[in-house]
Amino acid sequence: MKIRFYLFFILVTALLACSPFNTVYAVVPVEINPQVNVIACLIVAFTVFFILLMLVWIIRLAKELNEDTSSKEITVEKWRFRQINGLDSRQLELLIRRRNSKRRKGKPNIERPGLKTTVIVILFCLLSIAARAQTAEDGGEHVLTSPGMIIMLALICIPLLAVMFFVGVRLQHLANKTRYSRIKKETHDLAETVDSDDAVFEELVKRKQALDYKLTNKELSGKVDPEDARGMLLNVGEINSPRFFAAKRKAAARHQADPELVKLIMWYLGTAALWLVVGTSIGEYIGIKFVAPDADHVSWLSFGRLRPVHTNMVFWGWSSLAMIGLGYYVVSTVSNTAIRSIKRGYQSLVLINSAVVAGSLSLMAGINNGGGEYREYTWPVMGLFAAGIVISLVNYLQTVADRKTKEIYISNWYIISAMMFITVIAVVGYIPLYQNGLGETIIQGYYMHQAVGMWFMLFNLGLVYYFLPQQLNTPIYSYSLGILAFWAQILFYTLIGTHHFLFSSIPWWLQTVAIVGSMGMLIPVFAGTTNFLMTFKGNYHKIGRSYTLPFYIVGVLFYFTGSTQGTAEAFRSTNLVWHFTDFTVAHSHLTMYGIIAFMLWACIYTLVPRLTGKEPKQGLVGAHFWMALIGVLFYTIPLMIGGTLKGIAWTQGKPFIDGVVLMAPYWLWRAIGGSLMWASHLVFAWNMYVMFAGNRTESEMKNQIFDQLSHTPINAEI
Amino acid sequence: MEIYNNHRKLFTVALCFFVLLTFFVAIVPATSNQNNNAPLPGSIPLTKLETQGKNVFIAEGCVACHTQQVRNLDMDKVWGTRPGISADYANNSRTDVWRNTATLMGSERTGPDLTNIGLRQPSSDWHLLHLFNPRSVVAASIMPSYEWLFTVRDYPWPGEVVVNVPDDFRKRITGRIVASDKALALVAYLKSLKQVKLPDGKPVPIFLYGKTAEISGSTPGKPGTGKAGLDGAALYATNCQACHQENGEGLRGAFPSLKDSKVVLDPSAEVQVTIIMKGYNGRASEGYGVMPPVGTNNNLKSEEVAAIVNHERSSWGNNSKMVTADEVKKIIASFGKGEATTAKK
Repeated sequence: MKIRFYLFFILVTALLACSPFNTVYAVVPVEINPQVNVIACLIVAFTVFFILLMLVWIIRLAKELNEDTSSKEITVEKWRFRQINGLDSRQLELLIRRRNSKRRKGKPNIERPGLKTTVIVILFCLLSIAARAQTAEDGGEHVLTSPGMIIMLALICIPLLAVMFFVGVRLQHLANKTRYSRIKKETHDLAETVDSDDAVFEELVKRKQALDYKLTNKELSGKVDPEDARGMLLNVGEINSPRFFAAKRKAAARHQADPELVKLIMWYLGTAALWLVVGTSIGEYIGIKFVAPDADHVSWLSFGRLRPVHTNMVFWGWSSLAMIGLGYYVVSTVSNTAIRSIKRGYQSLVLINSAVVAGSLSLMAGINNGGGEYREYTWPVMGLFAAGIVISLVNYLQTVADRKTKEIYISNWYIISAMMFITVIAVVGYIPLYQNGLGETIIQGYYMHQAVGMWFMLFNLGLVYYFLPQQLNTPIYSYSLGILAFWAQILFYTLIGTHHFLFSSIPWWLQTVAIVGSMGMLIPVFAGTTNFLMTFKGNYHKIGRSYTLPFYIVGVLFYFTGSTQGTAEAFRSTNLVWHFTDFTVAHSHLTMYGIIAFMLWACIYTLVPRLTGKEPKQGLVGAHFWMALIGVLFYTIPLMIGGTLKGIAWTQGKPFIDGVVLMAPYWLWRAIGGSLMWASHLVFAWNMYVMFAGNRTESEMKNQIFDQLSHTPINAEI
Repeated sequence: MEIYNNHRKLFTVALCFFVLLTFFVAIVPATSNQNNNAPLPGSIPLTKLETQGKNVFIAEGCVACHTQQVRNLDMDKVWGTRPGISADYANNSRTDVWRNTATLMGSERTGPDLTNIGLRQPSSDWHLLHLFNPRSVVAASIMPSYEWLFTVRDYPWPGEVVVNVPDDFRKRITGRIVASDKALALVAYLKSLKQVKLPDGKPVPIFLYGKTAEISGSTPGKPGTGKAGLDGAALYATNCQACHQENGEGLRGAFPSLKDSKVVLDPSAEVQVTIIMKGYNGRASEGYGVMPPVGTNNNLKSEEVAAIVNHERSSWGNNSKMVTADEVKKIIASFGKGEATTAKK
């Protein structure tokens, strides 16, 4: 009862404490002087806020206190049951043990609240009343909001708040003490009941048993150990340590490929990786030159000379060599026969590599073909390249002719056609008979786009038509769509070259043909994308478990977005904004990198472990993937935005130099993205090294030891 | 189908299809363009020096950033007086046995188009300075420096061209900076790049996608300032800034300052407009370059000239009397009369 008395006091004092501020609060809005008004309002608002906060605290404490002191009104039985349920196993055991040992304890005792509390509460009441009286006396509107009065109010507030805080703390002590006594009393009560009442004791024992029940973990499996009688479980991994990266599936087991062919393919892929690293190091450097044009003043390293070195090196060095190397595997595998001549494979390899070396050096020395993009190598250099292509083409063709299957798998359509077409393209691009005046530009449009679309894209599609179903372990969705895409690609892609020279002085009808062809390109692109995505259908869950499939899916997605973007750029209305700007650079990286490079990596990571039996570290493949993907997005998106803004600035007739200034931040982002891409290539090169020449794997060692064992006489000691 | 199982047929068909389309879209149009276009009557073939310069241009890969094509788009008006036509490129033929024809149309405009650079910027001094370090004349430029086209000598030979590089860009070079033959050839080539006027009677192709509204500054009597819709600062940046700089102070020893310039501060704009339209060589003796007739070369309208004049008269602390487009028009009209009267005399 005493506690209720305290509570009443506390509530009353709290209300009284609030009342002076209520009056102030009511008065303040009437005040006219705005400056003072604002300050006064702020002070009052803060004080009221804190006091309310404390009030809530105190009320909550009081409520708890009230609950702890009030008697249980529910029936004893129900309460007892609830009490037992609230105990844990250890507490129950103590109770049981206590009863069993028949010991007893003294009665619980509620402590009285100290005298201090009473005094404080009364003081608090008085103080608040006094405060109220004072404000009421001086309570004129203007006087109340005068600075002196505000200061005084604030001075009153400080002790008031302190007192409230102190009361709260005391109250909390009180509440804790009360609660402790309650629990003590209840527990003693319970213990006594348990000792005397057998029914309650049984309830207690039951509850303890229920809490102690545990599953054996063998309810479902039974007691027989598992056995894989048919050898169906492979790659069973044991998890012994926490893993930072999710474990992906291992590569398929090593294939029984001809070691000579494996060696040839590894030469192609190895040199390709080398050109990738070198070529993109150059790319990275010239990207930085946009931000720091005075990085060097060396003629061999100047932007104009290095740019074609970069483009040609990644075109003819990296992408082409990687494609041809992978082609050597695909062409023979889908023909179910051996490559006709490994030796010619090496000849082709040497020719193409020497073309890249000679071409790069001559470009850096300032010898080029006259400035057409991707046609900067002079004809003797490009002749080496073409000779290499022709040798491999003949090799491929003869292998296809040797095939053991009746039909020619669609991969070989794409691959052989790409090899034939690039030969035609190189010849057409370098024959001088029709290239005087604007003839050169018309051929340039044809050449630069066919080299991209009829060589890289066509060849890569051929590779993906083989490797993607392989890796997904599912047939390609539609062979017919593949055939449709094949013929549509030849029809439309061949026409679109001149869309690089819209609005120039080449014939208007030719420009229109190119635009129509660009729109027609949607057919093979949609057909191809549909085909690949439908092959993925039902297999999407495999992506998360594989370290190669992410490369495929990114390649396919960029195939769709990159190619469709190409169509979008070809319209006259969009071309007039985007042409000549950095948008084109973004587009060519989105396609040559997003599509071609990602698809090639996908195929390489699929194939090489099968050939060598060595896998790269999955974490490093992941690092390669993410750095390359994030890098290419950082590279392309800012350039697209900046390119668009620059094009718009041009159409608005802004001074040219404004466009250069505008691009600065976007060029910086490009350099950042480029750095990420470049770093990913270093990781890729390391992965290549590991896949090719890494340490012997455990299974390899095992094989070797078993081989030795089979050669050892049976009675010899091991 | 039989074709899908027979590699000979399949690949022959694919190849023929491709080659046929190649003929249609590349070889035939190229041949027809080569055979049916002659150089314009007014065009002058490159001299030996200019050809050497073109070879430097090709070797340095300038085409990576500089186009040479004026498209028939309104925004390309700044690069030439008319859109380019096939005949403009008819002079280009195979460079030599190793190298292909170089029309150098380009596909990227990281730097300005150069079709008309010979008219827009005929000053050799500017070009040489710009080649030595582009940032010495255009602060925001990102063009590479072509320092290796220059040599350093303590005592240049008579006849050698010395470049007056500002101190900030000399980079501890103490001697005189002398342009090499290659640099001089390159500049000669750049100066030779001029759009040729179409012969009378040949229809001039129009620029497409122009703004529908005519330039609003043409209302008579209004000064052609920013208020009237023409941005004098932007026009100045496009036409004048490369030499006279953004701060109007020019470059000492190469391009005179417009700040506190007598010509600009003169209440009568006659001299100023005349210089813009007809060029100026009055201070060549002091070592300053010859100013080209920028206004005439770039086809500036009287409203645009007025906007530039007023920008110069009101910037960098200059505070001179503004002119109206009409006044400029009158001054320009008086040139014709003056020439006509002198001709009569």
